[in-house]
Amino acid sequence: MLPLVGLLVRAPWSTLPKRLADPDIRAALRLSLETATLATLVSLVLGVPLAWVLARTELPGRRFVRALVTVPLVLPPVVGGVALLLVFGRNGLLGRWLDAHFGITLPFTTAGVVVAEAFVAMPFLVISVEGALRGADARYEEAAATLGANRWTAFRRVTLPLVAPGIAAGAVLCWARALGEFGATITFAGNFPGRTQTMPLAVYLALEQDLDAAIVLSLVLLVVSVVILAALRDRWINP
Amino acid sequence: MSLDSHLVVRRKDFTLDIALVADPGEVVALLGPNGAGKTTALRALAGLIGLDDGHVTLDDVRLDRVPTEKRRIGVVFQDYLLFPHLSALDNVAFGPRCRRVPRRLAREQASELLRRVGLADHVRKKPRQLSGGQAQRVALARALAAEPRLLLLDEPLAALDARTRLETRAQLRGHLCSFPGATVLVTHDPLDALMLADRLVVVEEGRVVQTGDAATITAQPRTDYVARLVGLNLYRGRADGTAVAVADDFTLVTATPQRGEVFVAFPPSAVALFPARPEGSPRNTWPATVTMVSRHGDALRVELAGPIPVAADITPAAAVQLDLAPGREVWAALKATEATAYPAAPE
Repeated sequence: MLPLVGLLVRAPWSTLPKRLADPDIRAALRLSLETATLATLVSLVLGVPLAWVLARTELPGRRFVRALVTVPLVLPPVVGGVALLLVFGRNGLLGRWLDAHFGITLPFTTAGVVVAEAFVAMPFLVISVEGALRGADARYEEAAATLGANRWTAFRRVTLPLVAPGIAAGAVLCWARALGEFGATITFAGNFPGRTQTMPLAVYLALEQDLDAAIVLSLVLLVVSVVILAALRDRWINP
Repeated sequence: MSLDSHLVVRRKDFTLDIALVADPGEVVALLGPNGAGKTTALRALAGLIGLDDGHVTLDDVRLDRVPTEKRRIGVVFQDYLLFPHLSALDNVAFGPRCRRVPRRLAREQASELLRRVGLADHVRKKPRQLSGGQAQRVALARALAAEPRLLLLDEPLAALDARTRLETRAQLRGHLCSFPGATVLVTHDPLDALMLADRLVVVEEGRVVQTGDAATITAQPRTDYVARLVGLNLYRGRADGTAVAVADDFTLVTATPQRGEVFVAFPPSAVALFPARPEGSPRNTWPATVTMVSRHGDALRVELAGPIPVAADITPAAAVQLDLAPGREVWAALKATEATAYPAAPE
C-alpha cells in the first residue's frame, strides 16, 4: 500500500485537470483499455478450451503443455517479447509466412500489443479456469451424456455455467495483468503514441522527461484499474 | 426393448464379469454388498466406462462401441446429479432439448412429467430448494424425459431418510411399472430389491452368485451374504436322503430328501434352546456355547458356537429362564420340518 500512498502524496493536484485533458494521455488510456480487453477476449477464446483439455482429457503430453502454459508467468516479460519477435517478426518462424501469404505483420502494431498482452496474461486465465474445472464435478457431464448431450453440448450447457465464476475471476485477473503489461509490449510492439503506446509505456516515457506527468499517468491507471476490478469483483466473484 | 449383456471390466485388484438380461417392462435388481461391482456394471451399461470384454445388446443392436449420448439409456444417479444451475423444469427438459425438441415443446413435456411425479408446484425451483424425495423424483422424471430404451437406477433410495424412503419406494414402484422398457436397479438394500424388482441378480465380488425371483431367493439363499440378507441360517453339505452332513461328524435331519451337494437353510426362530439335552421328539439337537446376545425386533438374537455356528431367536422370557450370557453352555434343538435342503448346483 505504501507506494500507492506515495503516489497520492506526490501528485501535482493543482495542475491535474489540465494534464488530464492532454489528448496523449486520453489516447494512451483508450489504447490500454482496448488492447487489454481484446487480449482478454483472445485469452478466453484460446484459454478456456485449453483449460478444458488440461482438466478433463487424458491427452498424452498434458503435463508438458501445462508446464508450457505457465512459462510466461516466470519468464521476464522482456524475454517474452524477444521470443514473440523471433516467431512473429518479419523474419520470424511464423511472421515470414504470415507476411508472405496474408501481408500481415504483427510487430510494432496495435495487434502486436494485443498479442504481447495475451501472451503474458493468458496463463492467469488458464490456471484459474483449469482450477475451476477440476473443482467442478465431472459427473455432471456424465449425467448430461446419459441424457443425450454430446461433449460440446454438455460443456456449453452444464460445465460452462458451473465454472462461470472461475472463468470470470480468471478473465478479471487476465485483464488486469494485460492492462499493466509493459516488458513484452515494448519489446514486441514498440512505443508509438496512438498505436502501441499503452499507459504503462507512456508512464515509462514520461518518467524520463517529466516526473509529474508520470505520476498523473500512474494515478489514472491506478484509479481506472481499481474502479473496474472492484466493479467486476462485486458483480461476479462474490455473487 | 430387451437387454442382453455380458459385462467384463478388469481393474487392478478387481474383475467384474456378469451376464445381465432383462425383458421389456421387467425390473431387474442387482443386489450385492458394497464393492461388489454393482455400480461398475451400471456405468458399463451406460457407456460411462468401457468394456474389456463381453457385449451390451439392446433390441438386437450392439451398443458397446456406441458413445453414452447415443445409447438412449437413462440413468438415475445415486446422488441424482441434478444440474444445480437449472430449475427442475429445465433439468427435465434437458434430455428433449438435446434431441432438438423445440424449447417450448420440451418444457411442456417436462412439465407434464413433473406433474406425473407429483411435482407440479415445484417446476421453477432449483435443485438446492428441493427435498431429497423431491430431487429423487425430478431425477427420475429427467431420465424418463429423454425417452430411454433402458432405465438404470443406482441406489435410488439410499440418500433418503426412512420415512421418505417408504413413500418414495411405493411411488417409484408405480413409475417403474408404467415404464415400457427394461429397468436395471442397483441396490444393497434387500427390501428395495424385493419390493421394486421382478427378478433379483445377486452379485458378490464381481460375479453373479444367485438369480431368481424374490420368493426363491428368500427361501433358498446360496451364499452367506444372501442368507444374512434374508435372515436365514445357511449351511452347505452332502445329503443322503434326509440326512445332510454339514460339518465333520455333524449331521442335520431335514424335511426334504436330497442327494449330493446341497444347501440347508432354516430361520433363527426355528432353533430352540434348552438348559439340558431335551428328550423325546426326533429332533436335531447339539450342545452349543452362547457367543453373543442382541435385540432383534421383539425377540433376542442369540449367536451360538458349536459344531456349526447358528443364530437363534428366542423370547426374552426364555432368555431369562435360561440365564443367557456369553459363555453359557446350552443345548440347541431344531425340528426337521423347519429345515429345507436344496441342491447346491445352480439350476
